[in-house]
Amino acid sequence: MKTPDPRGPLSSALLDALGSAPAAAPGLPALAEAAGTALEQTADIFRDEDVQLALFCLYELHYTGLDGVDAGWEWHPGLLAVRVRLEQAYEAALRRLVRLPEPPQATSAAVADALFTLTGNDDGPSVSRFVAASATREQLQEFLVHRSIYQLKEADPHSWAIPRLTGRAKAALVEIQADEYGGGRAHRMHSTLFAGTLRGVGLEDSYGAYIDHIPAVTLAALNMMSLFGLNRRLRGAIVGHLAAFEMTSSIPNRFYARGVRRLGYGDDVALYFDEHVEADAVHEQIAARDMAGGLAEASPELVPDILFGTAACLAMDAMVGGHQLAAWQNGTSSLRLPLPEPVGSATI
Amino acid sequence: MEPDRKSADNAIIACPNGPLLLRGDVEILTPDGDPVPRNRKTVALCRCGASSIKPYCDGTHKAIGFRA
Repeated sequence: MKTPDPRGPLSSALLDALGSAPAAAPGLPALAEAAGTALEQTADIFRDEDVQLALFCLYELHYTGLDGVDAGWEWHPGLLAVRVRLEQAYEAALRRLVRLPEPPQATSAAVADALFTLTGNDDGPSVSRFVAASATREQLQEFLVHRSIYQLKEADPHSWAIPRLTGRAKAALVEIQADEYGGGRAHRMHSTLFAGTLRGVGLEDSYGAYIDHIPAVTLAALNMMSLFGLNRRLRGAIVGHLAAFEMTSSIPNRFYARGVRRLGYGDDVALYFDEHVEADAVHEQIAARDMAGGLAEASPELVPDILFGTAACLAMDAMVGGHQLAAWQNGTSSLRLPLPEPVGSATI
Repeated sequence: MEPDRKSADNAIIACPNGPLLLRGDVEILTPDGDPVPRNRKTVALCRCGASSIKPYCDGTHKAIGFRA
């Protein structure tokens, strides 16, 4: 994807370092120092533009890479050392953020019950109800821009977990992911459907096109998924995260589809949301019972982290949703930069 | 070795308080025998009666407190 603009001393030092060849790596000492300073000085890591962008770029090396950055940086030990420092601080903040219920017994039924209760009690702010009833076209565009990084690589952060699971949990995860990736049909991939939605409302559909518009809190939710997905020790958390995603999706997506049609868009824009109403009603059952429940039965010691992943997903969803709704209620933009005027929308 | 009933290739799973999960090689037909459009291999069939996309589940059972 395109390389983002830096947002402070840490992301500047990172992008400077990545501009050189990994063999020489002249910028690494300055980067390590900038990371230490940034972590010392951050007041709120979830909303720290500099730290979250730096972490996002470090993770992006494992996905599509950054334009102009040597692919050899992906496994550079000095760079990984910086990432681990940022990750440790971020994971600690996530663990402080959530309050976990008492862990259930490590049976599929008990874990599924606990996850349905946790997700059913979620009283986070409802962006979907706002979109259904009140959002303007501009606010819908902003909502889609917030979603654009994840949804254009939808399911990828959870796919890291596949080789780390076995048996029933693995079969369940693969069944869900196969559906996310279109069941063998590229045009049914959820990321492809989302690209159609973006085009339908006049937005760019290339991955990362709006990275500079997207605020830290949204990057924090993305970074959480990569943190959970790329660390095998957190496989319980990535499974819990996916379960939460699937278990809080069908009904909100019905509201999003309603909002899209209320604003006068057609099936081409609504298809992505319609698809998730049906798909995620299937996925949530598989995710709760077979994936999370299966993992709990195979590895009872992971039950607390399954709950952690679910609770962290709900908490970050609430934080990102709260950010958007607060901006819109104040009559301001939830993005860092104004969106360009859509092509063809100029007034005559 | 005893056949494992948990590994049936074609099965309907009755999800507690939720839909009927249909996995495997079973056709869903209208009363006239026409196939019901199907976009995925495993589907969830509405059991609470409140889905807006019947015969498929749309998650509404959670909103209405369906118990089964």
